[in-house]
Amino acid sequence: MNTNNLNYLVNSLYLIKPELVIAAVIVLLVLVDLIWIKNKTALPYIAILGLLTAGYFLIDQFGTNTFAFATNNSAGMLIVDPFGTFFKLLIVFASILVVLFSMLSREVDNGLERHGEYYTLMFGMIIGMMFMVSASDLIVIYLAMELVSLPSYILAGFTKNSIRNSEASMKYLIYGGTSSGIMLFGISIIYGITGSTNLYEINSLIQAPQMQNLTFLLAGILIFVGIGYKISAAPFHFWTPDVYEGAPIPITAYLSIASKAAGFALLIRFIKVTFIQSIDPNGFWHLLGIIDWKSFIIIISILSMTLGNFAALWQTNVKRLLAYSSIAHAGYMLLGLAVMSNEGITAILIYFMAYAIMNLGAFFVVMLIANKIGSEELDDYKGIGYSAPFLGVSLAIFLVSLTGLPPTAGFVGKLYLFIALVDAKMIAVAVIALLNTVVSLYYYIKILKCMFLDKSEKEVPAFSASYPALVLVFLLAAPVIIFGLYFTPLVDIAKSSITLLGL
Amino acid sequence: MQYFPILSFITFLPILGMVIILFIPKKLDVVIKSLTLVITSVQVVAAVVILHSYNYALGGINDPATFQFMEKFRWIDINGFSWIGKIKVDYFMGIDGLSVPLVLLTAIVTFVATLSSWTINKSVKGYFALFLLLDTGMMGVFVSLDFFLFYVFWELMLLPMYFLIGIWGGPRREYAAIKFFLYTLLGSVFMLLVMIGLYFSSTEVLADGTKAFTFNMLSMMNHQNFTMTGILSPLNPHNLRLVAYIALFIGFAIKIPMFPFHTWLPDAHVEAPTAISVILAGVLLKMGTYGILRICYPVFPEITRQLVWYIALFGMINIIYGALCAMAQKEIKKLIANSSISHMGFVLLGMASLNSMGMSGAVLQMFNHGTITAMLFLCVGVIYDRAHTRGIEEFGGLATQMPIYTGFTTLAFFGAIGLPGLSGFISESFIFLGAFAFPTIRVIAVISTLGMLLGAGYMLWTMQRVYLGTLKEKWASLKDLTFREYAMLVPLSIIIIFIGVYPSPILSLMNSSVNAMVKFMADAQVIYGSFGH
Repeated sequence: MNTNNLNYLVNSLYLIKPELVIAAVIVLLVLVDLIWIKNKTALPYIAILGLLTAGYFLIDQFGTNTFAFATNNSAGMLIVDPFGTFFKLLIVFASILVVLFSMLSREVDNGLERHGEYYTLMFGMIIGMMFMVSASDLIVIYLAMELVSLPSYILAGFTKNSIRNSEASMKYLIYGGTSSGIMLFGISIIYGITGSTNLYEINSLIQAPQMQNLTFLLAGILIFVGIGYKISAAPFHFWTPDVYEGAPIPITAYLSIASKAAGFALLIRFIKVTFIQSIDPNGFWHLLGIIDWKSFIIIISILSMTLGNFAALWQTNVKRLLAYSSIAHAGYMLLGLAVMSNEGITAILIYFMAYAIMNLGAFFVVMLIANKIGSEELDDYKGIGYSAPFLGVSLAIFLVSLTGLPPTAGFVGKLYLFIALVDAKMIAVAVIALLNTVVSLYYYIKILKCMFLDKSEKEVPAFSASYPALVLVFLLAAPVIIFGLYFTPLVDIAKSSITLLGL
Repeated sequence: MQYFPILSFITFLPILGMVIILFIPKKLDVVIKSLTLVITSVQVVAAVVILHSYNYALGGINDPATFQFMEKFRWIDINGFSWIGKIKVDYFMGIDGLSVPLVLLTAIVTFVATLSSWTINKSVKGYFALFLLLDTGMMGVFVSLDFFLFYVFWELMLLPMYFLIGIWGGPRREYAAIKFFLYTLLGSVFMLLVMIGLYFSSTEVLADGTKAFTFNMLSMMNHQNFTMTGILSPLNPHNLRLVAYIALFIGFAIKIPMFPFHTWLPDAHVEAPTAISVILAGVLLKMGTYGILRICYPVFPEITRQLVWYIALFGMINIIYGALCAMAQKEIKKLIANSSISHMGFVLLGMASLNSMGMSGAVLQMFNHGTITAMLFLCVGVIYDRAHTRGIEEFGGLATQMPIYTGFTTLAFFGAIGLPGLSGFISESFIFLGAFAFPTIRVIAVISTLGMLLGAGYMLWTMQRVYLGTLKEKWASLKDLTFREYAMLVPLSIIIIFIGVYPSPILSLMNSSVNAMVKFMADAQVIYGSFGH
């Protein structure tokens, strides 16, 4: 290795400072866990401190637009661009909140002696997700996805002592293993055809018409299966309800936001970088004709939201209901990709910011309620609006936002999505999505109905959560309303984050 | 304009009240009720102030220069890249002759409904907080001139209404509440789509001379603002204006409610507590017809002219069908709910006539129906509070036991029938005069007159069964009106009689705007006809 290459490597390290911080925190967590075996209180604080540091470096490098770890050819293994940095920030934001949730969660607290593992595994996921959103090489993509998956299988079964917990972990493992195998198969086919694993190189190679054959289509779809499983799009969603229901609530919240965000970032990057031909001045993409991604994603998206929404109608467990709702939301967001335009991506980013806040908020309140009443069954929610009014009203705000009614952040997400759809003249799809919104109202309202309209058979004593928890709920609920009324910041952030390297 | 932003004041005052109520301890029921009463009274005062300084000569409708009490400033301002354009949403409020009567109506009906809510004992704090939130939503709809703002207020009403019916309603309240919510949301999602479509079809010129897409309703009414390629632009030969019109119309029609979207109304009315029924009939139904007049008509004038016969037809169906349904009811509240369907049909018929006579009749009918039906529901509430039943057959001879109450009820009943000398007569006769004058819908108008006959039929028949005849023994202990009930019924009675005897003040209030609308619709035929498709 000559000095030039070494210099380049060192320079690349500067570009992955956030990832390095996370990696250092993993080591620190393990050490602290080993040294202070009895006292675990320091761990979450170290975690939050580490995440804040990583967040600082991310904000610092926002706007950077370059390759890291380039080989002798021009393209590199990783990309640092505003699009990736946006998703990394989102992931860090969600991680901070989930660490806070974990500190307040009774389920996680019961496994006190294993807190070291808990946070270490979580940071393993974080670093995997960060690589997922910035990978530009199929090998890195695969490794990053495995790095996310393996800790999440364990975390889904973290509490160990309940059967549904182990079931969740087991199901997740089997589904995850299968889909990552399928994805790897797709990757190997692409490598076989093009002789490259780098997305940019593959893109320039497949511009040649003789490359555009049926095998490539198969490979593309196989890779989509792997990513589709991560974002829980139908028909790759079967694990979602079971895992969401079985996993500890902080982990469920984490899977529904962070790991979904990473999956979406990867999907967008994979499709745009690999298949792009040109972008017209209006921001619409012209993709290579190998795979009709537009129709394909429209079908997947309609399938996801319809299935998610209709299945959610019959659920009696709030966590499971939110799992189906998250499948439906994946469907809505896929529509933004189906538009195949920069405007559609803007809509997805806006939607994700809104979705992160409202979904984390909803899961958090569900967790706080479960801490007290020890159940997530809808029947046990009866009368909670009166025994815990603050939590009830907050959950109402989050659910209304998930439905997409103004004046909430969820409405802004939907609004931009429909603006993108109408602008692309995809009216029929927009109508289907809107009708889905009406369906979704029914099950979100069902929770509100239980909390406020129904009377419990057994007397529910008034309860509340600890003050830090209430403050956190308030800090999540307030932006839902504020961004609903004044969404300029959301849109501005999204607009400055849609730049993908080279495109 | 420099003066006090009275429209924002009248709209957001209730929200302020709601916030204060949230901080009042639960136990202080009376304080919460009194505060709500104070706020709604201030609203009435503000409405009277608006009325006092309102200039009757200005028309409004599509001309920004002739709207009054305008408040306009940038709310959302996003400067985009070339590919997304700019997103500008204005906080744009203003009123003209169409909205002034409804602002007044909202203030009065809310005030009366507050008095009627005095009997609420269950979670008083929550009730009045939601009540005031609902109030803001209603007022906001009538004063916004930006489609986005309009939509936000429109949706803001749904949730409070759901809870108000769902928590404080009758035995089947959950069913009624969710049905109301789903129906209205179904309507409003279509409205959202049309709103976005219109946004991409119309532009306004900004201060720096550049053009930007706009949610401004008044810009959407000016054909010069349409883009060449917008999907809802008349200049685009492949436009979807007809489809969009129907979608938007259905969105509003659900609220009216127009046949066949009316089935939520009887359920909602029967289950809702009295005060909410009063609001629902008095104000919420008007939003449907107001939306059609404010948005459908001037934004799609050429389609309106094309479909005017169908609007009249559905008006007729509403009139006859609602009346027949009312006749078959065994419960007073259900009867009045169905009579509402019938009476809102008159509004549709009047709107379809497209002339000053019929349109004034329609707007006046909105106001009159608001006051008369509010009074009818209050009367039902009075008897329900005492007897805890609303079955028509269970009563009889109440006139001997509660003579004053019967007097007020008779007044409301006769107002609903359209007895000369009461307000209902003026608006209904205007509607028929207008509809007869328009040859296209003359036949429909003739058939619709049957509705008045049927109306008299079911009203008088109910009158006879409930109030006349011999008093049943179990009702011998019923007390006549209390002071609070006087306070609810007297103002409404005065309005009903006053307009019936001397309608010119309220007619001249809306006259310029109605004329402006009629002229606009007539001119539009020429302009839009010239686009040639």
